[in-house]
Formats: sequence, C-alpha cells, structure tokens
Amino acid sequence: MIRKHDFVTVADLSNDQVLELVQRAEAFKHGASIQLKRPVYAINLFFENSTRTHTSFEMAERKLGMQVLNFEAQTSSIQKGETLYDTVKTVSSIGADIAVIRHPKDAYYQPLLQANLPISIANAGDGAGQHPSQCLLDMMTIYEEFHHFAGLKVAIVGDLLHSRVAKSNMMLLKDLGAEVVFGGPDAWYSDEFAAYGPHLSMGEIVDQVDVLMLLRVQHERLNQTDNQSFSQADYHKKYGLTLERATHLQKQAIIMHPAPVNRGVEIASELVECPQSRIFQQMTNGVFTRMAILETLLRAKNLIQPTSNLSAGADKHVINY
Amino acid sequence: MSLIIKNGTVYYQGKLTKLDILVADGKVKQIAPHIVAPADSKVYDANGQLVTPGLVDIHVHFRDPGLTYKETIATGSLAAAHGGFTTVCAMPNVDPVPNTPELLHNQIKRNQTDGHVKVFQYAPITKNLTSTDLVDAQAMADAGAVAFTNDGKGVQEAGTMYDAMKAAKTVQKAIVAHVEDNSLVRGGVMNAGPIADKLNLPGILSVSESAQVARDIELAQATGVHYHICHISTAESIRQVRAAKAAGIHVTCEVSPHHLVLDDTMITKDDPMMKMNPPLRSFADRQALIAGLMDGTIDCIATDHAPHSIEEKSGSMLTAPFGITGSETAFAILYTNLVKTRIISLEQLLAAMTAKAAAIFNLNAGVLAENKAADIAVFDLHQEHQIQTADFVSKGKNSPFVNDVVYGWPKATFVDGQQVQFPQLGGQA
Repeated sequence: MIRKHDFVTVADLSNDQVLELVQRAEAFKHGASIQLKRPVYAINLFFENSTRTHTSFEMAERKLGMQVLNFEAQTSSIQKGETLYDTVKTVSSIGADIAVIRHPKDAYYQPLLQANLPISIANAGDGAGQHPSQCLLDMMTIYEEFHHFAGLKVAIVGDLLHSRVAKSNMMLLKDLGAEVVFGGPDAWYSDEFAAYGPHLSMGEIVDQVDVLMLLRVQHERLNQTDNQSFSQADYHKKYGLTLERATHLQKQAIIMHPAPVNRGVEIASELVECPQSRIFQQMTNGVFTRMAILETLLRAKNLIQPTSNLSAGADKHVINY
Repeated sequence: MSLIIKNGTVYYQGKLTKLDILVADGKVKQIAPHIVAPADSKVYDANGQLVTPGLVDIHVHFRDPGLTYKETIATGSLAAAHGGFTTVCAMPNVDPVPNTPELLHNQIKRNQTDGHVKVFQYAPITKNLTSTDLVDAQAMADAGAVAFTNDGKGVQEAGTMYDAMKAAKTVQKAIVAHVEDNSLVRGGVMNAGPIADKLNLPGILSVSESAQVARDIELAQATGVHYHICHISTAESIRQVRAAKAAGIHVTCEVSPHHLVLDDTMITKDDPMMKMNPPLRSFADRQALIAGLMDGTIDCIATDHAPHSIEEKSGSMLTAPFGITGSETAFAILYTNLVKTRIISLEQLLAAMTAKAAAIFNLNAGVLAENKAADIAVFDLHQEHQIQTADFVSKGKNSPFVNDVVYGWPKATFVDGQQVQFPQLGGQA
C-alpha cells in the first residue's frame, strides 16, 4: 500500500506503484470506498485555468468524503504579491490537510516540499513539467482495456514538444513494457523522443497499434508564425485520425485524447464518440485515478479508518481467480 | 516406430521399481526389466530418473476464450505438459461461459485441437457462475462435461445447490464446489488472523469455507450426489470431510500444492504473489491438510493453475486478482518440500497426482499399464534447479515459487507415446 505525504510527479514511481495506483483507481470505479477518521479538508489552488482537472479533483475529493475549500486565485492575496509559499503555508495554518495545486511555474512544488509543511501537496500540473494525474488516468484507461502493458504497441501522435503528458506517458509506458511509436509533424519530434521510439507516418501507425493516443494541438503554446502557418485541414489530412484511417485500426485498438478535442483537427468529429474511442471514459477514469492519488496522501497521514471497504467490487471487472 | 524408455525408476502398480517401458502405436506395450527393444526403436535413457504415469490435474484455468492475454488452451496445456501433466480438467470460468450444449461442445472441440495434453472440460453449475439459474444438466452431460462447477464463485443459496446436486445425480456427474460463503468473506484479501492484522490487510474468515462445506455435505447426503470440494484449505473443512467419509457420504476433495507448502506466516509483506483464493491459511491449517493427505481424507492434489498478467499481479494485495500458476512447479515444489523432507513418501505424492486424481471422475488416465495410452512423465530428482520466470511456457508468470531452489524438475513428457516439444526457453533445461 503506497503511502506518500505528497504526490508531485510520476517520475519517482516504481512499476509496482504505478500498477497499484491504476488498480486502486479500478477498485474505486467498481465500488471500493474509504471512511475517514475525522473530517479532512482539501483546498484546490489553481493558478492556471483548467476547468476539467479542477472539477475532476473536486469530484474525487468529495467522493472520498473530504470537505472542499474554495480558493479564487483571481481575488486572492496572490494579486497582492503573496508568494506561493506564503499562500500554501497560510492555508495549511488555517487547517487544510491537502492542497491540490496547478501552477504555471515548472516544479513550483520544490520549495514547498523542502519546507516540510504539514499540508500534503498533490500536483495538478506544473508549467511544462508534470501532469501526473493525467498520465495515470491514461495508464488506467489502457489497463482497463488490456489488463497488461507488456507487448502493447502505443502511438503518441501530435504536439509532442508542447505536451506535458507525452513525455511522462512515453517513459511510464516504456518502463511498463509497452512499445512506443510517435506520429505527427516532424518538427515536433526530437532526439528526446527518438530514444523512446521511432517516428512513423499515420499510414504506418493506424493498422498496427493497440492504443492510438492523440494529443491536442495547443494553439496557445505555439508561437505566432507557427500559428499563422497552421492549417487545420492540412493537419487533419496529414496527421489526424480521419474517417478513412480509422477503418484500418485493429479490432482491439482504442483511441485516446486528453481533451479538449479540436474536432476535425486531431480526429474526425464523427470518431470522437465512436465505439473504439475512450475519450469520455478517460474523463470518468480521471476522477477515480485522482481518488487513488489522494488516497495515498490520506494513508500517509493515517486518516483512513481500517474498517474501510477497501477491495469491494475488485472482482467485478476481471476474472479474479 | 517404437520407443523404449530404459533404466528409469518407474512408478508402477503403486511401487517404485527399475523397469523399462516399451511403447508402440501410442500405447504401452510392455513394462518389464531389461526389455530387448526392436532394432529400430528410439531409446530414451532414463537412467537415474523417475518415470511416472503422466500426472493428472483436475483443476486448471485456461482463460480461453475471453482472457487470452492471461493464457490460452495451447499455452496452458503446453505448460501442463511442461510440468509432467498429461491429463487436465479445465474450469468453465472463461468468457463466454460454456453454459449451453453448443458452447460446451465447441469448447471441447477446441480443447482437442489446441491442447497439447488431454483436456477434459467442466460445465458450469449455473448459467453465469453467480446466478441461481441452473444449466441443463442432461444436455451438458450429453455434450461431454466431465462434471459441474462454478469454480471461482461459491454457490450462495442452499436451494440452488440442492437442485444442482439433484440434477447432477440423475446424470451421474459430480458437483465440484468452490466453497465460499460471500457473507463471510468481507472484502478480505488474505487469511483473517494476526498476520492480516499486522499487515493492516482485510482478512477472509476461514469459516467462509468450512461453513459452506458443512452445508454442502448435508445436501450431498440428502441427494446422494458425488460431491467434490476444490482446493480445501482449513482444518475445520478437513474434520468435516473426514467425518462425512466415515459416514459413507460420497465426498471427495483436492488440495493445491501451495496450501500444502505455504501458510500465512510466510506472508511478510503486502505481496500479490501470495494472494490466492482460498487464501494461504494458518500454520495449523497447513498441518491439518498434510495430515489429511496422509490419511486419505484428501483424495488428490490439483494445482488450481490460475494465470494472470504480471501487471495484474503487481502492486498491492488489495487490488491484484486472486490466483497463482501451478502446472509447471507442482511436482518439484511438492517433492522438494514434502518428500525430500520425509514428511510423506514419494509413492504417496505420486498416487495423489496420478491414479487417485484420475479415479475421482473415473478418467482413463494416471496409470501405467500394458495396452493403455503411453502418457508418461520423467523427472530428475537429483539435479538442483532454481525456478525462474524464464522457465515457464505458461503465459502466466505469477508464481510465488520463483527463485526457489527445487529438486524433481520435469525432464520429458510423452503424450500417446510422442514426446512433447517445448519452445526454446530462457532458463536452463
């Protein structure tokens, strides 16, 4: 059972720990529950907009029985120049147990961890660094489908350079024994990725992968010249999952996308909700993944009742003997 | 062409004797000392090795169809052969469950075409293993079911079990029971007791098994059915089976290798490889199982070979599925831990893995005799072997015995006189 006072990156997780988190998330999805020893307070500090991640974390907190405190970055003392450290120390002093933080600065959490605050930190995304909960929900979605990673072929396609998720995912997937290949514009593929897998054309990718992971073209992170020369139709034709390409997918293959989706760019609009798409299931799984992450913090803080229904429903999904 | 297996120590007619075995047309032609073989015979020199009837395993999970990433009929049956088994009975908890005569018929056909050994097939008791809706016993028996079982799930309602037993009795087939009262399991992942408490893991009460055994023995007595208990694991269950047998009730039971050699005192940390159902019980339970095997209360040994992906069996016992593999390690583990240590005799072990196992369902297997099928296994009792995952031909690498040093590793397996060929393995041969 993992006990971590803070959860800021997937880089330091062993394969066993990744699998345990994924399996705990599945157990939550199938009815496992915990009881808290006392009221536990979570505060979500989002210094960047992210409705999806914010809502998902809040749902996870409420499902675990936590009290959720509101925080408005726009109206807070941040605007008066308070440092992140002072803000977190303040909410800790007020009595919050867990802070879920999204912040534009890479590794913003380092000074917070060094300060050894009583409050636990869960990273909901740091700059161009990590997005551990997104990464783990992707692992959960793959695991839920295949129940193994060894030997799976996973393609990560699109805006690799600007994606927080692409790098964490390729590392985790490789560690777990999957084969990774990449697709998308050449300019977004670099030596960093070459160490993990080859760059292939969409034609080569679609008929051989088990998982097709499409990334959002992040217009807000592209520079102006790139953005001006960018043609949605062109991208779709060259690197997108078109209706025609989808017909070449293997029967067992699944389509993933971290959303929000640019319909008709990364993926044909009709395919977003097709039977092989797991895009909305990813959102569902995100809540359970975040429950599993938060559970490890609660466990480290010894806030979980031992009588909790920890393994309920764990046998609903797999043949379990 | 004929084959002669020379100079082996042969388990024949209940005794271990230095004999030769002459095989032709897939059958044993002669068992005698110093047979002079026909000139064109192939010779297998078994000097210094143990030669036994092909072992019989009445409890394996092949996951095919439905969960073929865990195992297939081909890989599971090859793993069985690799462990010295030439006859197995496959559980019906595949997807879809073979709950109609057509599905069962297809399953049996696939067992024959894909199987590297002789694979008998169980039919389910109820249509989806957890419902109370019984299968058509007559039709399933006609389609070739070896017996009826919902293995993996206990039959919760006494009324369902009673009706199932009556139906099985009319078609002269056994009810094979995974005994587990869900209301006493309580989300447990290991045996309830001081070890579970220390590890802060939820426990499965041992009465979840024995209370249902007690119920079923009464139902078996009332219906007259042959009632067989899967993977018996507690001292209380043994006590009841012993009493039932003395009372003349038709009860048989099997024990798994892991329940004979492991117990919950050996669980020192949250380790999914030590998670199986029934769980590893207490030291006292394990001693009761060994005593039950020695006095005949336990009829046979069956592996409950339960392959899972290595990913599934990683992480925590809270989330990993129940079950470990067993086909390839069973004989060596039992020989090393029970025979070499002089707890039971080699003859006792072999009887429980061959003739007595086959006798439960009257299978024509587990006995070396002239004009019977030449299903034969050869083991090396002297060579030390360290078990590695690379040894396994099963897709499942989920064994708690990896890294154990054992004796009695299988050397060769013959099915109908043909030596089974294995793919190149990473480990030593």
